[in-house]
Amino acid sequence: MTIDRRKFLQLAALGGGAVFASSLPGCASLGGSSGGDDFYFVQLSDSHWGFEGPKVNPDARGTLPKAVAAVNALAEPPDFIVFTGDLTHTTDNPVERRKRLGEFRDIVSGLRAKTVHFMPGEHDASLDRGKAWMEFFGPTHYTFDHNGVHFVTLDNVSDPAARLGEEQIAWLAADLEGQPKDARIVVLAHRPLFDLAPQWDWATRDGAQAMELLMRHPNVTVFYGHIHQENHHMTGHIAHHSAKSLMFPLPAPMSQPRREPLPWDASQPYRGLGFRDIEAEDRGGKLTITELPVGKA
Amino acid sequence: MDEQRRIVMAAGLLSLALGARALAQPRPRTIRVSAKRFTFTPSEIALKKGEPVVLELTTEDIFMGFNLPDFGVRSDIVPGKPMKVAFTPDKAGTFIFLCDVFCGEGHETMNGKLVVT
Repeated sequence: MTIDRRKFLQLAALGGGAVFASSLPGCASLGGSSGGDDFYFVQLSDSHWGFEGPKVNPDARGTLPKAVAAVNALAEPPDFIVFTGDLTHTTDNPVERRKRLGEFRDIVSGLRAKTVHFMPGEHDASLDRGKAWMEFFGPTHYTFDHNGVHFVTLDNVSDPAARLGEEQIAWLAADLEGQPKDARIVVLAHRPLFDLAPQWDWATRDGAQAMELLMRHPNVTVFYGHIHQENHHMTGHIAHHSAKSLMFPLPAPMSQPRREPLPWDASQPYRGLGFRDIEAEDRGGKLTITELPVGKA
Repeated sequence: MDEQRRIVMAAGLLSLALGARALAQPRPRTIRVSAKRFTFTPSEIALKKGEPVVLELTTEDIFMGFNLPDFGVRSDIVPGKPMKVAFTPDKAGTFIFLCDVFCGEGHETMNGKLVVT
């Protein structure tokens, strides 16, 4: 299975030059307790269903379906898919919010995967503290295990002030307490848990408390969304990897005066959009990240 | 006895001197900043480096946040309750302040500039 997938990725990279693999030194190791076979999962993020802005994405209603088709076209279906928030674009109207969440759910129901794990983003959840989102997708923070890896999803968006809150931090502490010291842990969240760019609201107000708990474990990797681009950062031994959006890319942190969506480039449609494939190897616990395009780039 | 009198007089003079110095210090300038979805007014604030200021923050509609990360200054802005934050800019430059409580579709552009010369 793995060999077929690798061949597929190599061919895709050779064919279009739009696929590249990054096995980041020091950034993607989940060494530690060995618990199962190799597996891979897909991270999708920030589809902002309901967004309208032809200068930013003239195919706003077509991009998510294209991403679903691209995932379904992978040589092997992933073990599972994670969707790290901002499934929908914000709206003040509770009826419209539910309409968008319902449409989103209908579209992603076409994904060929046994399981999809969803998280909210602030666009989904901050205006009603996650009420509508939970009606469609259930709890906003939870854990699951897969082939010896412990996954923890955190909610740093239902509080509009971007806090995890004391209750969730206590829940995280209790969960980590129950894990072996060298457990292989993957944390999934929407916002960065570190101060990437507080000036652009790219932070979690009490993220440092979560990081303090996670730092006690040697084998932790964080995947998140929110910033609409690939970004890799280390907090001590913990790697943080942000994902691309499925609606519009944003500029590099603090690279320009204002945090505004990058304009659509008709000569390179869907540039900067995409999703990723994350392969977890049993031996050595290595994670290999492969960035994939949403459409023809 | 003379020694005691000298000590009392010295203490009195010191108190007067400290009081006069306190009186001589300028009161911090108060700058009113009003928030409403999705703007701050004013959106640009000019300050002098080393000049103590008090920002008086109000919101015209919903609960907001004011955050000036480069100076570690932040406050909730509660409807009907002016919030005051005091600080002295210790560096020159242009710095972003923003609303850090998600308030809707225009939240991402709800920010302003602090220009310190």
